[in-house]
Amino acid sequence: MVADLLIIAIGAILINNFVLVQFLGICPFLGVSKKVDTSVGMGFAVIFVMACASIITWCVQYYLLVPFHLEYLQTIAFILVIAVLVQFVEMFLKKSIPSLYSALGVYLPLITTNCAVLGVAIQNITKFTGVEMSFVKSLVYGVSAGIGFTIAIVLFAGVRERLESSNVPEFLKGMPITLVTAALLSIAFLGFSGLSF
Amino acid sequence: MFNSILVPILIIGGMGLVFGVLLGVASKVFAVKEDERIPKILEVLPGANCGGCGFAGCSAYAAALCKGGVKTNMCPVGGEAVANQIAEIMGVTAEKKERMVARVLCNGSPDRAVQKYYFDGPRDCYSAHKLGGGEKMCAYGCLGFGSCVKVCKFGAISIKNGVAYVNIDKCVACGACAEECPKKVIKILPLRSKYTINCKSVEKGKVTRHDCQVGCIGCGICAKTCPKGAISISDNLAVIDPAKCVNCGLCAQKCPQKAINKVTPEGLVRPEPKPAKPKLTPEQIEALKAKKAAQKKDQSQPAGQKEKNVKSEQVKADTKFNEVVKENIAKEAEAREAGAAIEKSRNEDVSKTQEIEINE
Repeated sequence: MVADLLIIAIGAILINNFVLVQFLGICPFLGVSKKVDTSVGMGFAVIFVMACASIITWCVQYYLLVPFHLEYLQTIAFILVIAVLVQFVEMFLKKSIPSLYSALGVYLPLITTNCAVLGVAIQNITKFTGVEMSFVKSLVYGVSAGIGFTIAIVLFAGVRERLESSNVPEFLKGMPITLVTAALLSIAFLGFSGLSF
Repeated sequence: MFNSILVPILIIGGMGLVFGVLLGVASKVFAVKEDERIPKILEVLPGANCGGCGFAGCSAYAAALCKGGVKTNMCPVGGEAVANQIAEIMGVTAEKKERMVARVLCNGSPDRAVQKYYFDGPRDCYSAHKLGGGEKMCAYGCLGFGSCVKVCKFGAISIKNGVAYVNIDKCVACGACAEECPKKVIKILPLRSKYTINCKSVEKGKVTRHDCQVGCIGCGICAKTCPKGAISISDNLAVIDPAKCVNCGLCAQKCPQKAINKVTPEGLVRPEPKPAKPKLTPEQIEALKAKKAAQKKDQSQPAGQKEKNVKSEQVKADTKFNEVVKENIAKEAEAREAGAAIEKSRNEDVSKTQEIEINE
């Protein structure tokens, strides 16, 4: 059991990293990675939302869609769940944990349309990891996918901060050099594919 | 058939309904009361989020205002007008705030300040500062790579002749540049005081003079000149007390280093650089020596005549003496002119060779 969970976690964090290997959630990856501080905030917000989304979509799938044979409605149902969840979490945090809200608040609405979150929810169901996902496993998968996203965005933000003060050729300034960097980081993460079990 | 259409509609519709109700309830349950004045104040504030007030941004300042204990005149961008409007919203009387402006306390453009080395790294003050404190010999001067220009949200700073330059019409004294500058050479000072000592070097006069042509050497002439006693010398550096300064400008006139400058609407009036002493080639030195020797000969002859005349005949001597003196003066003037011409041509030569060097 523990070994299974570990395999799922390492698989989601390193081998099938959501951003750098599966190319999901590129928008916030490029948009919120200018500074390490903000990227850490975004990363934690994603971890939080992915964990919640994994739990709820798993429940929706197995207690609502499967009994009525409505698996084909997966995508629309999950998007609905994620959007509502993010809104709810935002309201809840604003009231009860204002300090956490002020830290995450700006990034929470961005996650509503983050395809990485939908990706986690769908992969939980489609046996992407090659294992039948139980409730606990899908939770672990959600959390570790979030951790993978955080690692990727923080690493990338670190590189971009260094890029700020370096001599970039005129024609590569701005987004081009950022995309080149992202590609190199992605190639680096390909090295983990040798780890797959 | 009926089931396959109705059931999914019911399920998704039901989910939507449940979520909608949930969100509706949540928005009531988790509603956070916001002060009505916050949006009003936000409307008045410039919205630049520059942080000049000391808070994270305009909304943070508005929130702090409503919480209380914060003055209404903190916004440097809006100035008095905004302070009055905020005071109106808050129902208090505004306190007057003196208009401040950022000033770069350095005149050391590359032609005046001695350079240690040529920095070829990233065009950014922090990178230059990390490498031995920058290009300039002077450890206190403006590095001129424009990190302050990048942080200025109002386009008030530019780099002119290797030194940052503040446009006081655009400057709102938010202090972002002063914060960013690795040398801390930018100071926020009251606009009312027109004269500033544009040097931060606390080295002894000899060292400062060696490092820079326009550095404050702490001679104290300005402090003695000032009729109001507004200038004091501490750590080999003159400091003007803006509260006492009456903008008479005597200090700027007397300063031997031209380190005290007036601030005009266009910015600081910087002194013209002194022409650097040209380096001489051996041939030129020879020529100069020959010229000097010739001059000496000219001077020694009439001096000898003068002595003789004095000894022999008094009356004649006087007239002759006058003639000789006149002649002498004329000769000297001639020699001076010739010298000046040579000097000038030499200067041109040197500047040409320098240009060639730069081009290469």
